[in-house]
Amino acid sequence: MESLLEQYAHVVGNEVIDHLRQLANPLRGMKILHINSTKEGGGVAEILHRLIPLKIELGIDVEWEVISGEADFYKCTKKMHNSLQGNRDDISSALLIVYENTNHQNFERLKEKLEQADVVFIHDPQPAALLHFCKKRKGKWLWRCHIDVSHPYRPVWKYLREFIKDYDASIWSLSAFVQPLSHPQYLIPPSIDPLSQKNIELPEKEISGFLDSWGIDRDIPLITQVSRFDRFKDPLGVIESYRLVKKYVPVQLVLAGGGASDDPEGEQVLQEVKAFAGDDPDVHILELPSDAHRAINALQRGSDIIVQKSLKEGFGLTVTEGLWKGKPVIGGDTGGIRLQVINHFSGFRVNTPEGAALRIRYLLKHPEIMKTMGLNARQFVLDNYLITRQLREYLTLVVALKYGSREKIELKLPTQ
Amino acid sequence: MDNHEFKIMDCALIAIATGEKAQNLRELRDILKNVHPGSFYYHFWGGLLHPHFDDPEFQNDFAVWATRNLHDSKVAEQLSIVDPNVFKDVEDLRKEVLEIIEARLSESEHVPWVRFGQEFHFIRSQIVIFETGVIHYDPKDLIDIIPTISLGSIFFHFIDARRRTPGNKNDFSIWLAGFGDKYDGLIEDLDNIDPYFTTLNELRHDIKSAFYNYFNGGI
Repeated sequence: MESLLEQYAHVVGNEVIDHLRQLANPLRGMKILHINSTKEGGGVAEILHRLIPLKIELGIDVEWEVISGEADFYKCTKKMHNSLQGNRDDISSALLIVYENTNHQNFERLKEKLEQADVVFIHDPQPAALLHFCKKRKGKWLWRCHIDVSHPYRPVWKYLREFIKDYDASIWSLSAFVQPLSHPQYLIPPSIDPLSQKNIELPEKEISGFLDSWGIDRDIPLITQVSRFDRFKDPLGVIESYRLVKKYVPVQLVLAGGGASDDPEGEQVLQEVKAFAGDDPDVHILELPSDAHRAINALQRGSDIIVQKSLKEGFGLTVTEGLWKGKPVIGGDTGGIRLQVINHFSGFRVNTPEGAALRIRYLLKHPEIMKTMGLNARQFVLDNYLITRQLREYLTLVVALKYGSREKIELKLPTQ
Repeated sequence: MDNHEFKIMDCALIAIATGEKAQNLRELRDILKNVHPGSFYYHFWGGLLHPHFDDPEFQNDFAVWATRNLHDSKVAEQLSIVDPNVFKDVEDLRKEVLEIIEARLSESEHVPWVRFGQEFHFIRSQIVIFETGVIHYDPKDLIDIIPTISLGSIFFHFIDARRRTPGNKNDFSIWLAGFGDKYDGLIEDLDNIDPYFTTLNELRHDIKSAFYNYFNGGI
C-alpha cells in the first residue's frame, strides 16, 4: 500500500515531497503538540486530521489533544469568536471564570505533555489560556489564530491579549488579521487536503446519487453555499440573491451546513434560515453531519457556482474547496476570500445580495467563462493552497524557531 | 572532466508580519524610510515563493498594491520597473523606491487613500537554506536534474543568488564560469533568462531549456 506521502506525490509532484522530507530532517526527535477544542467539525479539525499523520510519516514526534468543557465554556468561546470578528458581544465575568477554570482543568489533565513538548501549537482562543497555567514549560509555544481579528471588539481582545502576549510567536492566516503583539507574528494561510473525502475525485454516478437523494434537478443550474449556519456567513443574504436571480433564470439553491461541536448558536440560525426560505421547493437546506465529507464533495462538484457570501471570514476554506473543484466562486469581499477570489479570474467578490445576484446571472449567461475561471481556480489552488504547502510552512517555522530569529538560517546535512 | 562541484541547495521562506501598514502613498513612503531591510527582499522577490494570482503583471508587491488598491497606475508602472538586482544593497534600493514615491507625491494634488481593509501590510521573511545532498560535477547532468529539483532550489540558485554573488549572477553561471571559457555560451543563455514576468515553474523550465539547447544544439 502506498504511503500518504506517496499518494500526495501523485497530486503535487515528487519534488514537493522530497522538499518536505529535507525540511523535516532537522526536526527529528522533537516533540510537537497541537491543541484545539474539537475533534470534528470546522476547518481546524479537518486540517489537523491530515497534518498529524503527515508529520508522523515524515518522522516527527507529533500529537494532537483536544480540550473539553461544559456548555458555558463553549458559550463563552463562541462569544469570544464573535467578538474577535467584530461583534460587540460583552462576556460576563462569570463566563470568563468558566473559561479560565476550564483551561486550568484541561491543563491539569494534559500537564505532562504540555510541559514536555518542544513545540506547542495552540489553535484559536479556546485553549489560549493553557499557557498561563503552564509554569514549567520546556518548549516554545505558538498561538495559531484561524479567525479574522482585523477589527476585534476591543474589550474581548484586550482580555485575550493578556494570555496571548506571553507566547513565543503567533501565526495568522492573513497580514490584515494581525494585531499588535511584541512577539514574531508569522503568516501561514491554511489549506485543503486534496486526498480527503471532501476533496478527492468522485465518480459521476456518486455525485448524481447524492443530488438525486436531495431532490435536486440536474437540468437546472445549481448555486451552493456550504458553511456552518452562522450569521457571519450571511445565509439570508444568499437566499435574497437567489430570489433576485430567479426572477430572470431558473435556478436552484442549496445551503448546506454541518454543526461544529463548539458552536452553540448554529441551531438558532438554522431555524431563522428555514423560516426565511419558506416553502420554496428550489431552496434546499441541508443539515449535514460533520462527517458528511463525501456528500459535501458531491454537492460542490454537482454545483455550477459556489457562493460564500460571508460578511466576515477567516480564510474561507469552503472557497478553496470550490476552486479546487474547478468552480467559479462568488465570495464576500472580506478576509481570506480576497486572497482567493479575483474578479474575472476565479470568480467575483461582492458586497451585497444584489452584487451576488448580478454576478450569478452573468456567469450563468456565459458558461464558457465559467469553465475558464474553473481551470484558473484549480491551478491556483494546486500551486498555493494544498496541505503540502501549509505543512512546508509549519516545518519551516519550527526550524526557524529552533535555530533563532535570524533572517537567514543555513542548515548542514548531518554527517554520517 | 573538470573537478568543480555544484551542490544543489534548497530553501523555504516563512513570512512574518512587521505590523506596519499604509493606507496611502504618503504613509507608504514614511514606513519605507525605516522598514526592516528584509521587507524589501520579501516584497521584491518573495512574491515568487508566496501565493499570487496570474502571471505577475507588476513585479513587486508595492506596484501590485498601487495598481489594484490605490488605483494609481502611474506610480504602479514606475515602481514595477525597479529592478532590485541593479542596486548594490537594500539601502540603495530603498532610496530608489522612495525617490519614485516622493516624485509622485510632489506632483499629486491630493493623496489617494485605499478603502478600509485594503491597506499595504509590510511583511518580512526568514529563509531556511538546506543542503539536499545532491552534488553534480558535469554540467550536462543538469539537463535531467533541473526538472526534478524543487521550486525552492530554483529560487535559491536563480533568485536568492543575485544578492550574494559578485555581479548579482545566478549560481549556475558562477559555477560554469569555474570551467574557464568552456561554457561561455551557456552562461550567456542563462544570464539572458529574465527572472521577471514569470513564475518559478516557468523559470525551472527556462533553465532546463538553456542546458538542453546548449548541449543538444550542435547535434
